[in-house]
Amino acid sequence: MPKDSGIGASPKRREDVRFLTGTGNYTDDINIHGQAYAWFIRSDAAHGKINNIDASAAEAMDGVLKVFTSADFAEAGGMPCGWQVTDRHGEAMQEPKHPILAEGKVRHVGDPIAVVVADTPDLARDAAEAVEIDIEELEAVMDMKAAVADGATKVHDDLTSNLCYDWGFVEENREAVDEAIKSAAHVTTLELVNNRLVANPMEPRVAVGDYNRANDEHTLYTTSQNPHVIRLLMGAFVLGIPEHKLRVVAPDVGGGFGAKIFHYAEEAFVTFAAKALNRPVKWTCSRSEAFISDAHGRDHVTKIELAMDENHKFTAIRTDTYANMGAYLSTFAPSVPTWLHGTLMAGNYTTPLIYVNVKAVFTNTVPVDAYRGAGRPEATFQLERVIDKAARELDIDPVELRRINFIQPDQFPYDTPVAVSYDTGNYQATMDKALEISGYADFEARRAESEARGKLRGIGVAHYIEACGIAPSNLVGQLGARAGLYESATVRVNATGSISVFTGSHSHGQGHETTFAQVVAEMIGVDASQIDIVHGDTSKVPMGMGTYGSRSIAVGGSAMVRATEKIINKAKKIAAHLMEASEADIELKDGQFSVAGTDKSVAWGDVTLAAYVPHNYPLEEIEPGLEESAFYDPANFTYPSGAYICEVEVDPETGEVDMLGFTAADDFGNVINPMIVEGQVHGGLAQGIGQAMMENCVYDENGQLLSGSFMDYTMPRADDMPMMNVDHSCQTPCTHNPLGVKGCGEAGAIGSPPAVVNAVIDALHRAGNKVEHIDMPVSPARVWKAMHG
Amino acid sequence: MNNFEFVKPSTVEEASAALQSEGAQALGGGQTLLPTMKQRLASPETLVSLTGVEGMVGVSASDGTVTVGGTTTHAQVAAEAASAYPALAALAGQIGDPAVRNRGTIGGSLANNDPAACYPSAALGSGASISTNKRNIAADDYFQGMFETALEEDEIITSVSFPVPEAASYQKFLQPASRFALTGVFVAKFPGGVRVAVTGASNNGVFRWTEAEEALSKEFRADALMDLRINHLNMISDLHGSQEYRAHLVGVMTRRAVESAS
Ligand SMILES: Cc1cc2nc3c(=O)[nH]c(=O)nc-3n(C[C@H](O)[C@H](O)[C@H](O)COP(=O)(O)OP(=O)(O)OC[C@H]3O[C@@H](n4cnc5c(N)ncnc54)[C@H](O)[C@@H]3O)c2cc1C
Repeated sequence: MPKDSGIGASPKRREDVRFLTGTGNYTDDINIHGQAYAWFIRSDAAHGKINNIDASAAEAMDGVLKVFTSADFAEAGGMPCGWQVTDRHGEAMQEPKHPILAEGKVRHVGDPIAVVVADTPDLARDAAEAVEIDIEELEAVMDMKAAVADGATKVHDDLTSNLCYDWGFVEENREAVDEAIKSAAHVTTLELVNNRLVANPMEPRVAVGDYNRANDEHTLYTTSQNPHVIRLLMGAFVLGIPEHKLRVVAPDVGGGFGAKIFHYAEEAFVTFAAKALNRPVKWTCSRSEAFISDAHGRDHVTKIELAMDENHKFTAIRTDTYANMGAYLSTFAPSVPTWLHGTLMAGNYTTPLIYVNVKAVFTNTVPVDAYRGAGRPEATFQLERVIDKAARELDIDPVELRRINFIQPDQFPYDTPVAVSYDTGNYQATMDKALEISGYADFEARRAESEARGKLRGIGVAHYIEACGIAPSNLVGQLGARAGLYESATVRVNATGSISVFTGSHSHGQGHETTFAQVVAEMIGVDASQIDIVHGDTSKVPMGMGTYGSRSIAVGGSAMVRATEKIINKAKKIAAHLMEASEADIELKDGQFSVAGTDKSVAWGDVTLAAYVPHNYPLEEIEPGLEESAFYDPANFTYPSGAYICEVEVDPETGEVDMLGFTAADDFGNVINPMIVEGQVHGGLAQGIGQAMMENCVYDENGQLLSGSFMDYTMPRADDMPMMNVDHSCQTPCTHNPLGVKGCGEAGAIGSPPAVVNAVIDALHRAGNKVEHIDMPVSPARVWKAMHG
Repeated sequence: MNNFEFVKPSTVEEASAALQSEGAQALGGGQTLLPTMKQRLASPETLVSLTGVEGMVGVSASDGTVTVGGTTTHAQVAAEAASAYPALAALAGQIGDPAVRNRGTIGGSLANNDPAACYPSAALGSGASISTNKRNIAADDYFQGMFETALEEDEIITSVSFPVPEAASYQKFLQPASRFALTGVFVAKFPGGVRVAVTGASNNGVFRWTEAEEALSKEFRADALMDLRINHLNMISDLHGSQEYRAHLVGVMTRRAVESAS
């Protein structure tokens, strides 16, 4: 019998009532009396020198409050980068200045140059047309390899080159890896591109700044996945506002996919301008503007070599990647191609020697940062593609090649050669499950049926490993993080027994209000309707590191469990007092405290009331009230994994790929709400399939964005999605967090791209067309070109 | 969007008069014009809405001709031309999404003459006659290149008359992002010969593939096209497909249109 409440049940998402009835409270729904509107004037040129900005005509227009330029921010700090990578030689990365508004130079199409603030959005935009900006265009730095060649035009004049860092991992293994590759029985090499993506959350970014002269308090309402991080970065590094004078609120957030993790110039701008003008200031991003101002994702160019012995056991992996940083370092950009990518290169396999080289490069493009999966899809894609190629070269089944190299169930905990230690997993089990669900064994019959219709059918397999809940803080500090990666929770029990949980995690669509309440409901035994989840407001939640990297239930949920445990402990003390029993004998079940072996019991509500009306209360031993906080800093990452299989049909005449079916067998450890987990996987698959088949952010050689709207940037639509068979019955619970959970938000986007490309290549090979690789997206035009040379 | 005046005349004469004023522009369903105005790429001073003009809406069929009023929406054509001219109705039913089909009009589409739009291929492929407030223009004279037509500034498309062929089909290969035609081919078989009109592919906008017409007029079978290749040199090349790919698709879509013509 499936449960109907608590952990493991699938109640409908309580937040959906407001989302689906138009009563959500998104940042753009916030309008403050007297607010003015900001319009950002952005660069049309990819690279250029700003000779002059003349805003006098615009400032003279009725309704225009002010036109801001970089001169207004002389006292402010630049946009901070939250992660410092140390290169192969022990040197710190090159970190360019990232001003709020362009200083002297523009470095990508969309770089903000000036901002008009006016009484209405239209006036601001009209006035923007009257601002005269004289830009002398410079050569755009676009190709990463050319960008790091001697004599290349520099994106930042004050840096020595366009190379942000040259990272080697594990540097001590470099020579051993070279040796192993030289002496291998077989080496498979693959060069590939991980295509640049635009996150495109349904809700574009919005920021509203407010300032209260009476008490010198600033409030920023913003579309953020982590309001406390914004408070810290903007307050401490950009505007110099201490935490107690700065409140950051991220109300309902309509998707983020990583792009709303980062601290953006627009947030600092509205906060600053609200005080400067003594008016609330609002900025709402348009979709076109989002394409050139939201951080992009991926954009790696990679060569991977996989060495094997005579028994097809992997002996070494060497990978070389050029990672595009764009024109400036976005908040967590340096960590993505390094610690979130290199540490995953072992995949699910026992490869003993691995060396990862990453050259991060500045170009005249929008900054690139974490996007759903962040580094892990890039690692998985190259590994799972090269394994498929190796299987073909060796003429063995790609599933078999994976199986003989899998870390076996009895090898956990398993220390990889790339610094991480997997606590649990069972890759044979997830592989078995996926093969079963997908009908892998009967593929040939389906292929023959397609062939009879003139279509080429292929099947693609991939297995992934993910690392969620990046931690612990002392380790990530050594790796260059400029922040801790714990999470906090406060559980406030009210006098009548209802509960408010304040969590530093912040849902941007994941359904935390439902899932988190299920956990507390289960622990205490009260109905979930008694529990409210409060998040997204620094004035309510004490501290938070936010939601990304599939960390919410693993880290935020764990903090909440710890705080709830403290609540239960204290409540038991109160109950013991009320029942004149020993604390050790108190049991809590279904919201009733009872004394073991007796029929004595008190209800949850009696205890909570006693805590606030402490007439009969052990005041000399415990304080009144019932509110507890916990900070949870995980001992390790969590390691979800899974086997993905997809089946496609290629139209040989047009190159069109029809996605027929997708199977995902994931191991997420324990699952709190299976329905929500399934939804997360569906969404992840949509984005992974989108990346593999459709999405592509393309610049021309002059740095103009060719895919700057949905007319040219192909977002996956519902009718592009195949039937998705999603399973999470293989569960090897995490050993080091209290819920045994692993995280599921990014899995779909990590595991699916190689499965898709493997399937397309498989289809072509089975038809006798020996195409080795097609870069994503495998659009009809690209497949056709690959087939016809 | 910049401010503009809005007028909604009820007769063709009033509309013509309104379009005489400086900076006036006709508004059909607004599916192309309004987004352009929002981006401030167009700033007409007066929008002359045609949707209230009498006699400009609806589909009628007589004597082997289907006539579509200039403000008839794609959705209406999809529904109302289904029995009289199924290939035309099917084409209209594949334009954009329901919102676009319920606002966008045939007059707006033909006036705009987007090189990737669908209707131009039906008009040219059927040898339609485009009627305006001033004259009738044969489709062969009407399309003059990408976004270029024979229309004068103040000319209004009042209706379009399509001779109904014996068999016809429109085959559209989608540009994946916009879902306009990456390449679309309209094939129409008339007693006097076959017409083949191609959209989405050429830098000159919609065009007739005369070699295919000749081959198909002799023998209306897909095989008749087997040896034909269209030159790619004047084809569009963009991130969704090269010139060679589009030229190849013209062949594939033409064959498919012949095979499915009904
Ligand atoms: C999301 C989306 C998807 C689309 N997909 C497709 C597609 O797949 N295939 C396709 O073919 N099209 C597609 N379109 C375009 C759509 O068909 C438009 O409706 C059409 O191109 C313009 O028609 P309209 O009535 O909206 O014209 P408007 O936008 O009102 O006007 C367009 C131009 O025509 C002029 N005009 C309008 N009516 C007349 C008239 N009667 N006489 C003279 N001039 C006139 C206007 O002055 C203006 O210059 C799509 C549009 C959108 C927004």
